Amino acid sequence: MLAEVLLLARKDLRIERRAKVAVGQVAPLTLLIVVVFAFALDANAPLLEIGAGGLYWVAVLYGGTLLTQRAFEIETEGGNFDDFKMSPIKAQSLFLGKSLSLFIQICALELVLTPAILLLYDVQVAEWLLLIAAGVAGAVAFSVCGVLWGVMAAGLRVRSTLLPLLLIPVLAPVLLAGSRAFETALGIRADAGWSWTSLMFVIAAVHTVVGLAAFGFLLEES
Amino acid sequence: MSTIVKFENVVAVAGSFPVLTGVDISVQEGEIVLLQGKNGAGKTSFLRACAGLLRINDGSAQVLGFDLRVNRQAPRRYIGLLGHENNLYRDLWAIEHVEFRAVLGGGQKSDAAEALARVGLTSRLWSVPISALSAGQRRKVAIASLIANRPQLWLLDEPHSALDALSRADLNAILKEAAASGATVIFASHEGVLSEELSSRVVTMRGGQVVGDSGAR
Amino acid sequence: MPERTDDSKMTATPLTRVLGILGIAASVVMAVLGLFISPPDVVQGEAVRMLYLHVPSIWIAYGSFVLTSISSLLFLARSKRREDSGRHYDRLAGSAAEVGVVFTGLTLITGMLWGKVTWGTYWQWDARLTTTVLLFVTYLGYLALRRLPADPVVRGRRAAVMALISFINVPIVHYSVDWWRTLHQKASLSVGRRPEITGEMYWTLLYSALTVTIVGAWLIIHRYRVIRLEEIRDEENLKMLISSRHQEKPTDSTAAGEVS
Repeated sequence: MLAEVLLLARKDLRIERRAKVAVGQVAPLTLLIVVVFAFALDANAPLLEIGAGGLYWVAVLYGGTLLTQRAFEIETEGGNFDDFKMSPIKAQSLFLGKSLSLFIQICALELVLTPAILLLYDVQVAEWLLLIAAGVAGAVAFSVCGVLWGVMAAGLRVRSTLLPLLLIPVLAPVLLAGSRAFETALGIRADAGWSWTSLMFVIAAVHTVVGLAAFGFLLEES
Repeated sequence: MSTIVKFENVVAVAGSFPVLTGVDISVQEGEIVLLQGKNGAGKTSFLRACAGLLRINDGSAQVLGFDLRVNRQAPRRYIGLLGHENNLYRDLWAIEHVEFRAVLGGGQKSDAAEALARVGLTSRLWSVPISALSAGQRRKVAIASLIANRPQLWLLDEPHSALDALSRADLNAILKEAAASGATVIFASHEGVLSEELSSRVVTMRGGQVVGDSGAR
Repeated sequence: MPERTDDSKMTATPLTRVLGILGIAASVVMAVLGLFISPPDVVQGEAVRMLYLHVPSIWIAYGSFVLTSISSLLFLARSKRREDSGRHYDRLAGSAAEVGVVFTGLTLITGMLWGKVTWGTYWQWDARLTTTVLLFVTYLGYLALRRLPADPVVRGRRAAVMALISFINVPIVHYSVDWWRTLHQKASLSVGRRPEITGEMYWTLLYSALTVTIVGAWLIIHRYRVIRLEEIRDEENLKMLISSRHQEKPTDSTAAGEVS
């Protein structure tokens, strides 16, 4: 099963390395959003500093949704997972493989966004370890939820509009937890940063269990 | 000789449209069956139903000994399906794609080179992104992906499309060879002479039903 | 099928007519009780009357979503054994979710009006309001998914899985939002005290809950039957299409393109 997961994740990442959609399009777009927030808030330095954690996660939410769509676009361009359905590969492997490649891409996105808010919003890191842990926890939760809901929308013609509608309510707690954890990590507000980080891991764990159980079913009906 | 496909009065619906309206057919091991019929006759749907990708609403359907109304997944791993879409990853190289599909189907990476050579894709093109290949070359990559999986039942939708004369003859040879070694082939085609020469039996579909059957020749 | 063919042309049966009339009568009595007979609250004054609709609405909404989840689970269990069985559970899941969304919307509207009078603002980032609005959006998404054209069994299964995942998500959303608001409670804002519910107010609330339940049940039954009628129509259409396909001539090229 591990071999299957790695095979699938490697294939996705190889496609990304060639096509450079995450690095060349999504990452710059989220950077742009970080800049646009400053316009919206009238470049109000204190406001941007207070909001840095939340704005960061809104940018990740946006970029993550685009990356999720992209992850399914490469599969559905031709035929709605027919080749996976025809192969003896386990649906669980597909779920984990897709999640893994999405996780790595979201982490890459965060590596671009973090310095951006540190520089543009003039915030300092108070707890590096918490910052990294929260970033990773958020990426895990995003990727697992994204793949679970992505496959549900994958076979549908309206997926680009339906996916965010289904995904964002589910990701709302992650956004909430990530923002609070970052506020602590960036020393903006004393808060239970570590507890929020654990909450994100719990959300990721719940969706992983659900995904492992339901993915075969969803794949079949996509 | 065993029965590979046995459909009795099979009805299948896609969306809310009845694509199969009572198909009766039985295909034996080693046969090469040509499906004929105009657009919308149900050829593609019949192939997808055989592959276990289309839900059977009514009737009874058995493929490779599995009852599709009980378990549509079970026979799939022994089946190679080539749709009219090629289902290729545009950004992968030809060789990478076939390697991926070979391993996905439970085979070896090394099967890929052999398969690509078999379809006659020059090795110069193996390490080129698929998006840079011509339509015919892409078709060959898709066929190679199938060969790498050594299916027992080949389901092909317009397999000759986009191929030049030489490649068509090549494909016919590949399919005849597969059938000779015990595989079964069902393919839909509008290609006339070339297809009839390949096939051992011609089945005509109309309105989601089988309306003509030449029987084994 | 439990429905008889002779009343399959209508959505009402004698029983649902009685239920409907009962619902209307009960609603009138509820309005009189809630607006005139029950006393104003000591703290909230007249605003308390809003709660007679607000509180039962969310009860019914939650009840409907529980019903959706249970029916979805039963549908999946049944359709796993035979693909085309258990369709009535799918219909029930869909109609209950529709009614649930309507009552969630009603809860939000009455809640906001109540908030304007009590808190002086329509919206508070109160844990309950925030959770409710997320719940509302989640099930709107569920209904959007149901509305997409697909084979009924495929659509049913997809929707059932989504209903179950959404239901698992409700406590997660509730918990995180609750935690968020308790950690960030601003001292200057006093959240309106829930009224002491005693005597006439208690009975009025209980009576309202009963009334709203009747109306909700009536709506669910009718939605269920409308969905059933739509299915009967689709089945008849299908039979017609199949027989018309059998008439197709070799030269006929009016048939739809090959559907994959």
